[in-house]
Amino acid sequence: MTTMNMIEAINSGLDNMMARDDDVVVMGEDVGYFGGVFRATAGLQEKHGKIRCFDTPISECGIIGVSVGMAAYGMRPVPEIQFADYIYPGLDQLVSEAARLRYRSAAEFTSAITVRSPFGGGIFGGQTHSQSPESMFTHVCGLKTVIPSTPYDAKGLLISAIEDNDPVMFFEPKRIYNGPFTGYYDKPVEPWSKFAASDVPEDYYKIPLGKANIVRAGEAVTILTYGTMVHVAKAVVEEHGVDAEVIDLRTLVPLDIETIEESVKKTGRCLIIHEATRTSGFGAELSALVQERCFYHLEAPIERVTGFDTPYPHSLEWAYFPGPVRIGEALDKIVGELTS
Amino acid sequence: MADENSKTNLPPLSLHVPEPKYRPGDPVDYSDVEIPKAGDQPRPDVNSDPATMRNMVYDMVRVLDDDYKTTGPWDPKLSDDTLLKMLATMAQVRAFDDRLHRMQRQGKTSFYMKSTGEEATSVAAAMALHSDDMCFPSYRQQGILFVRGYPMVDMINQIFSNREDKLKGRQLPIMYCSRELGFFSISGNLATQYPQAVGWAMASAAKGDTRIAATWCGEGSTAEGDFHSAMTFATVYNAPIIMNVVNNQWAISSFSGFAGGERTTFAARAAGYGIAGIRVDGNDPLAVYAATQWAAERARTNNGPTLIEHFTYRAEAHSTSDDPGAYRSAQEREEWPLGDPITRLKRHLIHRGVWSKEQHEALDKKCIEAVKIATKEAEKNGILGHGLHQPFETMFQDVFEEMPWHLKEQSEQANREREIKWPDAEASK
Repeated sequence: MTTMNMIEAINSGLDNMMARDDDVVVMGEDVGYFGGVFRATAGLQEKHGKIRCFDTPISECGIIGVSVGMAAYGMRPVPEIQFADYIYPGLDQLVSEAARLRYRSAAEFTSAITVRSPFGGGIFGGQTHSQSPESMFTHVCGLKTVIPSTPYDAKGLLISAIEDNDPVMFFEPKRIYNGPFTGYYDKPVEPWSKFAASDVPEDYYKIPLGKANIVRAGEAVTILTYGTMVHVAKAVVEEHGVDAEVIDLRTLVPLDIETIEESVKKTGRCLIIHEATRTSGFGAELSALVQERCFYHLEAPIERVTGFDTPYPHSLEWAYFPGPVRIGEALDKIVGELTS
Repeated sequence: MADENSKTNLPPLSLHVPEPKYRPGDPVDYSDVEIPKAGDQPRPDVNSDPATMRNMVYDMVRVLDDDYKTTGPWDPKLSDDTLLKMLATMAQVRAFDDRLHRMQRQGKTSFYMKSTGEEATSVAAAMALHSDDMCFPSYRQQGILFVRGYPMVDMINQIFSNREDKLKGRQLPIMYCSRELGFFSISGNLATQYPQAVGWAMASAAKGDTRIAATWCGEGSTAEGDFHSAMTFATVYNAPIIMNVVNNQWAISSFSGFAGGERTTFAARAAGYGIAGIRVDGNDPLAVYAATQWAAERARTNNGPTLIEHFTYRAEAHSTSDDPGAYRSAQEREEWPLGDPITRLKRHLIHRGVWSKEQHEALDKKCIEAVKIATKEAEKNGILGHGLHQPFETMFQDVFEEMPWHLKEQSEQANREREIKWPDAEASK
């Protein structure tokens, strides 16, 4: 075991896979010699060569399109989109091509690509470096969507994503690259090294896609969340002294519906938290699923805590962010009768 | 700051919206279309610096002259057998297109697209490639499949979306796919295959393979971002690829001017990227072959990508859903100055003394007969809209390698609905 932050864990996962499989190639803007603007690919070009890890033109359409072609050849490209906010020029290649190639060719051609992309806010990135577009991809049939919340999970999930024979969107919550974020933005950030989830094996290991993680067991309410918000939810729950069961979904598609159902049927209450905008966000899907499958076990309406339906603001970032106040209010509402 | 007052003397700005020269009923005069003399075009070495061959993007490589003789340095000097095979393949494609187009009109399928007049741009091009080079076609390159020996009956099964359709009835007719024959799955979204082809070529180069990639799109699709992304990646990584632009003058009802064709050639796009560009008479099968052969050798010897513009004409409608009589003059086809690729090759072979009018008539009959047989064979497997040809669970397969729970649930629902909606339907297969 070595102590790693999330960047180092992702770098280690890429390194392991490049060493194990000659078909794994890493590419993207600034990922080669420089090692990526967040350093996720640092050292990979030096170690594995320019053919295996290289810089690309600033063209997300080209990056994804070329990856689809490389995958059709039989390689396993791991393209990086520098910020999730930049992914839109590559959308047609993802939605119409990567996602549907297996289907339309009756499995003669597949797109075993893993698109890595830092996403989410809380870093004063303004409206073009803070977005959480995951629900655009969960809506597309044929794409898997994975979002880790710890260094340990990030590496294990990334390796599973790269080995998966379907295209995977791998969104990395960049706010927690260096340490978990509790949502109390005025308190100092603690580095990952202070937390057990930073114990990451240097060797290859996997965490299966489609399996959620119960990060805090509880009886009073089920909280469904992922990414940065896992840590915020945990902190607010502790502060409010609510015996919540916090579920880190880890994979949005395919979703671990069994774990969700089991938990909500036990607690009878469900709070959904994500940083992404509210309308048609993944929370809407979760809410519908819980209602469809657990209605007769529910003792309170399902609550959603999300970002507002506005572009991500710069100066008012902490007014926008679905932090402790918004979550606390929802918690009080949903478990109020238990605690009052 | 510019002087505000000076503005008052300026004429008002005006917006240019391109307009084709001829609309329905207009007499057509092509005298302004520059057709260079066959044989006049120099043939650079395949390792030439693109900067030294820029004239080629405005010129037009032509091998067959007005007397149907071959001439000039681009003459690929093909054997009689090869030329006869080329002719027979193009004739077969045309016969296939004619019959399948009629079958759509008869209600046996939903859609068809002919390649009439453009057969050389896929048949001659595919013949100049190695059989294991990878093709990323657009939707009008059925000729490649004929060159590579894909059975017509399999093509028709796909067109009918019947129970033997290898694509399980999922794709619009003519959106073929054959991994075995190096024919990539056709998308339907335009120019998306361009960066994919470049990616495949990059992978081939990265792996030290010897295979190259070729891709095709229409002149209209060169306006897509994908085209330009592909050109950028191709030049940056010196990808072993041939990028074909089939300039058939029309993108449904939009003439080439809406893709920038009023001001320059499509081959000229290559110059801006530092890529070798060749403009070729797309209705001259020997010129198409020669240009492709040149580009293939260039790619295979690590000299990088080539953009080839095939100057041709879409002789028929865009698809069965289109009526070109509503937007262009019928005379355009009749007057087209580059003629018809099959007629030109036929006359060349007659001139050569290895072919005759009678033999050609016999060939046409043979081609028609072969399509008829294939069609009858395919019809035994069902036609679109008559019966349920695929088990409903196939609708949910191949979305992912393994079917997740939500698709299993939806598959069960589809099968439940089947019992209600089609209680008497025979189980397929």
